[in-house]
This record gives sequence, C-alpha cells and structure tokens, in this order.
Amino acid sequence: MQMNGATSERAYLDHAATTALLPEAAEAWRETASRVGNPSSLHAAGRASRRVVEEARESIADDLRVRPSEVIFTSGGTEADNLAVKGLAWARPNRPRILCSAIEHHAVLDPVAWLGEQGRDIEWIPVDSLGRVGPEAVRERLGDDVALCTVMWANNEVGTVQPIAEIAAACAEAGVPFHTDAVQAIGQLPVDGSLPGLTSLALSGHKIGAPVGTGALVLRRDARVVPVVHGGGQEREVRSGTLDAAGIAALGVALHHAVTAQADHAARMVALRQDLIDGIVRLAPGVIVNGDRAQRLPGNVHVSFPGCEGDTLLMLLDAAGVECSTGSACTAGVPEPSHVLEAMGIDAALARGSLRFSLGCPSTSGDVDRVLEVLPGALERATRAATPRLRRTT
Amino acid sequence: MRVIAALSGGVDSAVAAARAVDAGHEVVGVHLALSRAQSSTGRSKGCCSIADAQDARRIADMLDIPYYVWDLSEAFARDVIDDFVESYREGLTPNPCLRCNETIKFAAVLDRALALDFDAVCTGHYARIVDGIDGPELHRAVDPDKDQSYVLSVLTPEQIAASMFPLGGSLKSQVRAEAAERGLRVADKPDSHDICFIPDGDTSAWLREHLGEAPGEVVDAVSGAVIGQHSGAYAFTIGQRRGLDLREPAPSGSRRYVVDIDPSEGRVFVGEEQLLARATITARDPIWCGPIPAAGGRLSVQIRAHGEPMDAVIDVIDDRVVAHLDEPARGVAPGQAMAMYEGTRVIGSATIVRP
Repeated sequence: MQMNGATSERAYLDHAATTALLPEAAEAWRETASRVGNPSSLHAAGRASRRVVEEARESIADDLRVRPSEVIFTSGGTEADNLAVKGLAWARPNRPRILCSAIEHHAVLDPVAWLGEQGRDIEWIPVDSLGRVGPEAVRERLGDDVALCTVMWANNEVGTVQPIAEIAAACAEAGVPFHTDAVQAIGQLPVDGSLPGLTSLALSGHKIGAPVGTGALVLRRDARVVPVVHGGGQEREVRSGTLDAAGIAALGVALHHAVTAQADHAARMVALRQDLIDGIVRLAPGVIVNGDRAQRLPGNVHVSFPGCEGDTLLMLLDAAGVECSTGSACTAGVPEPSHVLEAMGIDAALARGSLRFSLGCPSTSGDVDRVLEVLPGALERATRAATPRLRRTT
Repeated sequence: MRVIAALSGGVDSAVAAARAVDAGHEVVGVHLALSRAQSSTGRSKGCCSIADAQDARRIADMLDIPYYVWDLSEAFARDVIDDFVESYREGLTPNPCLRCNETIKFAAVLDRALALDFDAVCTGHYARIVDGIDGPELHRAVDPDKDQSYVLSVLTPEQIAASMFPLGGSLKSQVRAEAAERGLRVADKPDSHDICFIPDGDTSAWLREHLGEAPGEVVDAVSGAVIGQHSGAYAFTIGQRRGLDLREPAPSGSRRYVVDIDPSEGRVFVGEEQLLARATITARDPIWCGPIPAAGGRLSVQIRAHGEPMDAVIDVIDDRVVAHLDEPARGVAPGQAMAMYEGTRVIGSATIVRP
C-alpha cells in the first residue's frame, strides 16, 4: 500500500460533497468578474452588471418553473436554508410549533434546533428504515399552530428521495408553509419549483458545477419571511448584500446545464450506480446497502461493512487512489455519529462502518472499476485492523 | 519504516512527526478524536477541541504527509473516562494520561497501525527508547522537567518495540526553537497541563457533575472526632492540604492534611503531616518492561507524575510488589501507579493499593 499518493490514477467519488466546476460556468464567471460594476449602481456599468444578474435570474426561474422575482440569491445552500427556516418561523411568532424531518442536513437541522432553544416547540418527523418520511407522519402533525414544516427533497447521506409532492400538498391543505432543501436533488432529479404547496426551496451552486459561494432560495411570491441578513435591501429586502454578479452568472449557466441534462445524466448515473452496488455486493456479500434501492439519488451509493471502521476504510481507499466519504457530517475532519443512520434505526457499530460513494458528471466506468479493484484489499485490512492485537486484558 | 504519527495539534507531537519524516520514514499523521463534548443542541460536536484538530491538519500539510482523524471516543469513554470516574468513586486517585497510553495510544491505536501494516506509532512524549542487549529499553527523557516516562511505565516490551519517541533526547526549549525554525505555527502554543476531557480544568466540579453530591464527615484521624463536613469524598486526594475548609484550627496549630479516605462511609480523615509518612508501599498487578527484580533488589520508585525518585528495596510476591523505602514517603495515593526504575531505565509499574 502506498500512502503518499504515489498512484497516478485517482477516482473521485465524492461529488455529493462538491463537484468539478463546469467550464461554461467558469467562463461566465470570468467574463462577468472582469468587468467593474455593482448591480445596484445606476450608471452604465451598474446597469450592465444588473442585466447579467437579471438574465441569470430569469434563466433560473424558467429552469425551475417559477417567477424571476421568486429567486433570491444567497451565498449557498446553508444560507438559503437558514433564511427559509428562521425567516418563515420569525414571521409567524404566534405559531409555536415547527415540524422537521429527523434526517435533514445540518444546514436545516441546526437552525431548527436553535429555534427550539429559543422557545419553539420542535417536532422531529421520524423516518422508516430506508430513510423515508411518510406523508401520513407529516399530515398527523400539521395544524394551525405550525409555523413551518421542512423536509429535504433527497437525503445527502443515504440518497433516499422523499415524497415531496404529497408532503407539500398536505402542508398546503393545512395552511402550513413548507420548505425543502433540494441541494442534492437539483440536476439528479426533475425539480419543479412550482409544486403546489411548496413555499421555499434551497439550492447550492457548487453541487452542480457553479463556484462555491453561490446558491439561491426559491421563495413563493406571497411568502412572508423575516430577513436573516439586514442591510441595503437587495433581493426583495429579504437578503441584503451586494449581488455577486459573476457568481450569479455562473450559477445560471450551471443550473441550466444541470436541468437540461438531468434526464440523460440520471440515466447514466443509475447505470454506473448499479454496477458499483452489484460489484460491492459481489465482493463483500455481508455488506448492507442503506437507503431506498429505487427511490434514490441516481449518483448515491451508501453501504455499511460489518466489522470495519469507516475511517480506516476511507484512509486505505484514499491511499489506493479512491476518494469517498464516511457519509457523516464533519467539523474540521472530526467525525460525528450520523444522525441520519441513527434515525433509520441502524446500529451504531454498523453505522461506523459506513461509506458513501457519490457519482457525478465526470464519473466513468473506470472510476467504478477502480473502486472494485482496490476494495477487497482495503476490506481485508480494515477487518484485521478492527481486531485487537496488543491490547492486554486488565 | 512506515509510521503513524499521532498529531495532537501541539508543538511536541508536531516536532516528533517532523523528525520522523526527516529520518526517512514514511509517515502518516493521525489526530485522535478522544472526548466528545455535547453541543447545546444535544448533538455530539466531535472532539472537545476543534481548534486542535485544525492545528494538527495544518501541521500535516506543512510536513506534506497524509492526515486522517481516527475516532476513538468510544474506547476512550469506556477505558479512560469511566475508569477515572469509578476510581474516584472508590476513593482512589487515578492517572488518566497513563490509562490513555495503556489502553488507547499504545493499544487501540498501535493495534490498528500494525494491522494496517505500519511498523510504529510516533508520539511527542518525552522519554527515550534505547537499544539494549535484550531489546529496546524505555528510559527517562534528557529533560528532567518534561520527563514523561512515568505515564509510559505501563507499556509492555512489545508496545515499546513498536513505539517511537523522537523528543526524548531534547530539552523542551530546543523543541520549541526547532518548531519555530521549521515554521510550525504551533511553536509558541502553550503546553497542555489539564486533563483533556475536563477543558476548564475544574476537576472537582466535573466529578461533582458525574458522581453527584455525597456529603460526609471530615474526621480527625487520631481522636476520631468529627471536625467538619464535605460535599463529596471523591474531591480529596491523600496528601491534600488545601480546600479542607475546617473551622477550628488544629490544637497544636500545625497544618492538617488528608491522610485517609473511606469511600464506603464517605469519611475523609485528616491529621498532621507525620501521619502521611509511609515506609512501605504495596502495589498490585505489575507490568514489567525490564527484568523482574530479584527478592530484595534495589530500585528507585516514583509514585506520581513529576514526583521525585525514591530508593527502595523491592519484593515481588505473586501479583503484588512491596517497596521498602529508604526514607518514608508522603502522599502515597492508592490508585496511582508506582513506576520502578533502574537508574534511568523503566523496569515496570504497578498500581498502589491501600496499606
């Protein structure tokens, strides 16, 4: 095993974390960034910059089937989620309850938990063993005292796709605002921002080939929110701050590419994903494939290897040229137990032996082959490493 | 050799890893996530110091070595923290750093390293490994102020053979200077003295939280008279003088110390200094990394971290070691390790029991 990256060929299978910059998006960024102009200025340079922003906004609105005024640009998915969760809750001070699925990304989970500390009454909507939120579990909790309900479109760890249309419809019926984090769904699934009952939808640029630091909240025109960031009053006075014209231009290009290529991309990813899952199951018959096999993000493979530690496997695969993730949220690289696997009822020891492989645009069958080539050796060694040798019994 | 360098994020482990790289070894940096602090939302927020993990990552970047985090928090909670709490509950005085070396760093981590085809674990401990006739020997560090051989005295010969302590021959000041020369930003980071899982350093408060209030009597060891109250016997260590909070001074006017603790009755016995004197120390379950002393063999013993070595005659009887000290010792705390030395060489250690 070579540890110092001596292998020339590397397989990047962590596209759910971030993916490669799309060349066309990079070009749009460079072109806009090379010109001076604040989109809020009234002179020619400002107007030119504003035009880029508004063209991108219209393009994004068309791609998501919403109105241009419903696109609020943010610094990314996390900010969009924070704006939706806090903004919708703050605008409804007389509705104490908040409904949130137990498997949300931290960008939703943490603001919701924080609102709980501030006195809101939080109800975590449970999931089944495949990570699915049942529409009935949502419906039975709805009421006129609920400030908002939030369920992600598709889960970032195990890839399970949620019955969003049904949940949104149930919320609409109960008159409850509904937010969805669609960060992983965009580009992999058909995403319709005009879905009846949907109040807001968060998306992130760098998951679809735009630069990090770009994103948007699609916010229904009549939705009341209290801003998180106060200032110059940009973006319907909902999100202040100088508009990042270059980033917005790149986001518009990347999103258009993601939406128009979605069906073909998904078909290609599903085929690769199936090869990878089949190969892993063949090599490691004891492996457990987590999440829903059918209602799943096309590029997501999430597996647990009994008797192995995920961090050991990650290190061995990294050394062998395969880049993946343990699937758990990280702070400065310090792993924490996955709340998603916990909510799915997966045993803690088994959860620690989990890996997430996520495919993206540049992924090829060569990447899949590479994983299957080095996985047996890594599994053998990781199993050995999980068995104590020198430890004395005291 | 293929070496796992444990990177705490501090200056010592950084320089140790740098020296291992310079020596031509193939080094991989690993930060150990040991204790988990609960965030306000009730979620685990990783190890107690994210900043340390970030420092460790930057050190690995500068040394151009791979870097990973190994999550050993479960084993640490079980083998170090639970042991710490239980020891205090039993009226003993544990040493968690020693326990961590014994069960985590040179056991769980070393096990994993060897299984992954590494040859050794490298740390920033101040101790020396010297090649002897019968294999590697563990010796005191050159810097007497930093010597950490005491907390490593629990290692077996097999563990010592797979360990690497590149700092044992250096003074701390030299290590800091070298870190600065190498451009490591942690060069002037302060030393950590506290117990890593008690970040604010308030051990009594931490114990109170984990063991609850357990009020009891403070008793005069000679007269048997109750002379005060305390809120938990576990907060006391034999030899302790401060924090007794006794209203009446001793009739003789001399200082009073904790001389014994009875955890079952929750009683803390106090008395004058001479009551602390012990001419013999009995310890159990020895771990040897050198030749087992013959009956009546002369060694020096050390009974706490940074304690002075004391000359003694040693008798080994089954799983007990009895040290007959040349000069009586004070503050012999059951639960602490008694490390045994032949000159600078560590021979072994055993856990001190009640007399």
